[in-house]
Amino acid sequence: MSLWEYANPVKFLRLSERVQPWLWWGSGICLVVGLIWGFFFTPDDFRQGSTVKIIYLHVPSALMAINAWFMMLVASLIWIVRRHHVSALAARAAAPVGIVMTLIALFTGAIWGQPMWGTWWAWDPRLTSFLILFLFYLGYVALWEAIEDPDTAADLTSILCLVGTVFAVLSRYAVLFWNQGLHQGASLSLDKEENVADVFYFPLLVCIAGFVLLFLALVLYRTGTEIRVRRTRALMARETRGAGLRAEEA
Amino acid sequence: MRALFFRDLALALRAGGGFGLGLAFFLIVVVLVPFSVGPQSALLTQIAPGVLWLGALLACLLSLDRLLAVDWEDGALDLLATSPLPLEGIVAVKAAAHWVTTGLPLVLAAPVLGVLLNLAPSGYGVLVLSLALGTPALSMIGAFGAALTVGIKRGGLLLSLLVLPLYVPTLIFGAEAARRAAEGLDSGTPLLLLAGITLAVLAAMPFAAGAVLRVNLR
Repeated sequence: MSLWEYANPVKFLRLSERVQPWLWWGSGICLVVGLIWGFFFTPDDFRQGSTVKIIYLHVPSALMAINAWFMMLVASLIWIVRRHHVSALAARAAAPVGIVMTLIALFTGAIWGQPMWGTWWAWDPRLTSFLILFLFYLGYVALWEAIEDPDTAADLTSILCLVGTVFAVLSRYAVLFWNQGLHQGASLSLDKEENVADVFYFPLLVCIAGFVLLFLALVLYRTGTEIRVRRTRALMARETRGAGLRAEEA
Repeated sequence: MRALFFRDLALALRAGGGFGLGLAFFLIVVVLVPFSVGPQSALLTQIAPGVLWLGALLACLLSLDRLLAVDWEDGALDLLATSPLPLEGIVAVKAAAHWVTTGLPLVLAAPVLGVLLNLAPSGYGVLVLSLALGTPALSMIGAFGAALTVGIKRGGLLLSLLVLPLYVPTLIFGAEAARRAAEGLDSGTPLLLLAGITLAVLAAMPFAAGAVLRVNLR
């Protein structure tokens, strides 16, 4: 019993269908509880007022936007090394979810920034890196869409994902060099004492859990769809080929 | 390898279009800038390094979609792939030829266009130096993008979408170096970082581009 057994599409689908209800319900419950808790049962910040509550959408979506790219990177590596189709399709399935997460993070940031910083947008390193990440996502998805042959597309996009990762990290540091920031430091970290205050911290954790589960559910669902689309296409191709052969015989 | 390099050079020179076009594009972009922001010389002085870098970058981008596509269409690329030369080498040589026909003229023309934009006198040397250091990276990254999109009909727009985000670090350090020099500051750090990026790109990118090309030729 190893992880690689799930490289078999049938086994993968069976597992993913068994897990998905748990993920959907888990993410739904976490998001509802976390957001209601966060929005209605935490105090206003003494300086930011009620605008602080956008943190419950902003931080989890930003986190998932980066982790979605990271997941695509791992999936692309698996595809390049072991050539499991499920892996390539999972990378493909994660990209649009990542785009939406990036957009949510950018928009909630803008909505928060308007009253707090007095501007919708500033060329701050964090904001700029996110915009660049968004561009990378766009290019990745566009390349998937542009190529007909699925294996070629998987190969090319996974190499683009590898190169893009290097350049995204490079851009992150280049942008830090280029401009000093407005954005506050990390809201959460594992190795630091100074996190956000506990009242905000616990509902935030619940929201993050909700976003993680939602992301997993969406990716599994979309991967399942991709697998079925490909299988349908293969069946249709076999059908037309069979029909052609029969016509030749007759 | 050398034969391929000179062949590409000769093709670019004789076929017309490719060679002078990037330069003309660069000139036009620079000429259009004062029309769009106004002719105040103080403002132009301030934005000149950035505009020159952006113009050079776009001019580089302009000719990328022909970099491999011509040889792809007439089948020369397949022949090259069967030659003893590795694909990585082919891509690197093509990028080098692209740089000589596009990047180098841009580097040489930049000071002249700097006069048009009222560039501060202290900026010329570093501008040329930063472009000379940065444009090879632009050509090599562009060759990677061209290899990615070579099999796609009308891949030009997609090519820009893929390549432009990859140009971000080069542009940041290059334009930063030119800007600092124009303002009379020390530009050593961005120049070193720019050179580092270019060297890393030249060392690693041919392999990525070669791998991509191999997939496309399959």
